[in-house]
Amino acid sequence: MAGIVQFENVGLRYGTGAETLSDLSFSLAQGSFYFLTGPSGAGKTSLLKMLYLSQRPSRGSIRLFGEDVVQLRRARLPGFRRRIGVVFQDFRLIPHLSAFDNIALPLRIAGVDERDLVTPVREMLAWVGLADRASARPPTLSGGEQQRVAIARAVIGRPEILVADEPTGNVDPEMAARLLHLFDALNTLGTTIVVATHDIHLLSRVASANVMRLDHGQLQDPTGALRYPPRPEDYVEQDSGRGGHA
Amino acid sequence: MLGASQADRRLLPEGRLAGPMPWVIAIMMFLTALAAAGGLAMGDAAHRLGGDLGRQVTVQIVAADPAVRDREADAAQRLLVREEGVSSLHKLGGGEMQALLQPWLGDAGLDRDLPMPAMIDVDLTDAGRARLDRIKAELTTTAPHARIDDHASWLMPLVALIRSLGLLAGGIVAMMIGATAAAVVLAARTALNTHRQTIDVMHMMGSTDVQVARLFQRRLALDALFGAVVGLVGAIVVILGIGRRLGEIGSGLIGSIALPWTAWVALLALPILAGLLALTVARVTVQRALARTL
Repeated sequence: MAGIVQFENVGLRYGTGAETLSDLSFSLAQGSFYFLTGPSGAGKTSLLKMLYLSQRPSRGSIRLFGEDVVQLRRARLPGFRRRIGVVFQDFRLIPHLSAFDNIALPLRIAGVDERDLVTPVREMLAWVGLADRASARPPTLSGGEQQRVAIARAVIGRPEILVADEPTGNVDPEMAARLLHLFDALNTLGTTIVVATHDIHLLSRVASANVMRLDHGQLQDPTGALRYPPRPEDYVEQDSGRGGHA
Repeated sequence: MLGASQADRRLLPEGRLAGPMPWVIAIMMFLTALAAAGGLAMGDAAHRLGGDLGRQVTVQIVAADPAVRDREADAAQRLLVREEGVSSLHKLGGGEMQALLQPWLGDAGLDRDLPMPAMIDVDLTDAGRARLDRIKAELTTTAPHARIDDHASWLMPLVALIRSLGLLAGGIVAMMIGATAAAVVLAARTALNTHRQTIDVMHMMGSTDVQVARLFQRRLALDALFGAVVGLVGAIVVILGIGRRLGEIGSGLIGSIALPWTAWVALLALPILAGLLALTVARVTVQRALARTL
């Protein structure tokens, strides 16, 4: 499969300090599911920020959808961002908007007519189990409900890439499993999924997922073959030069 | 596309009139309207004084002997009627003379024994104004006791003063416009900081700078429009009050200071201009601020 995301010798440095991320080179296959794991402070969020175009790298090349986005003119960024859905670690819901309006926001930004967005937003609310909470504002929602609104908002525009930063960090195991099922369902529709998590129990929940591990700012497993727990066939695939992932 | 729909307005909590900007704009507009009204009235007065009144002269026949005075006055009138550049003339009658003198001399001005000059008001054309020296020479030949009082000689310094005051008012208006723009810039920056999280989220979802700026410019323009209307209403009350007081004075010169209808139109247009100014300044400020982000 073609690489929808390609990082080549990417480094990221904040200010004049040491590099937070160093020499990242990998390729993400279109329509695949990836877990990005690693200890806290390993640089997962920084990598995701570059992936959803919130941060430019200090060096190296990043290609998204076949185009180099490092040197991309600022005016062209919105067009790329509309193709990427993001679930932020802290949700970043707009507190004064209802759940409905939060979920509808990407469609409104994309210029969808008001009459045409009611049905998909209501379907999305039902999909995440919040059909009866459409008019509720985020401060009145539980952490899990907020997270589901954030996920619904990220996927409502049918993004080509979905990036989720610790999406199950605030929910109970049952809800976590349900959210992963939602991601898996979206993945089967063709969306490339990248989920950052330090919850190792989560990694085995999606059978088709690849695992990347960040440690001290370096990618330990750019091939995506290392799973948790590891499966013998992964090593076989890695040894045979599994395409699309490195 | 994000526009002015209800949904878009919900993105930024309205909070209109909660901040200081509308009231700052109201004060600015109050002062701007007063300065503008003053400037426009001064400009109009200077135009009229420098035009109509500046082309007027008064011919006085100052002769103690009434017979000589009447004879020279008649001769002067006949000469002036024939003169090129004289558009009209009017010899003041006895009643008019007494009305002129009455405020200064009281009833003594009505005394028939008091020698009074014969007076002829003359309106000149621009051409007549240009050849005034020649007219004077011919008049003094025809009527040796004639003296010509050129209104322009004492009006022009006054006109220059009024023009200077008008320019000063214009300068004040310009400074007020600058201060209003600065107030909008500060309000836009404050609003940007207040709604930073919303803007970041919108950006991450692919919102363009124009879409974000549109939310702020609409809100700030409406705030400015409200403040400007409040300020203008206050200024109009003051202007009408001053106009009434000037009218009560009844002096010809002071009475010439008045607002023409075009000035009223200009004043009424000020709130709209303030709204457009706020809209433009807010748009530029927000877009420049966003351009510094990724």
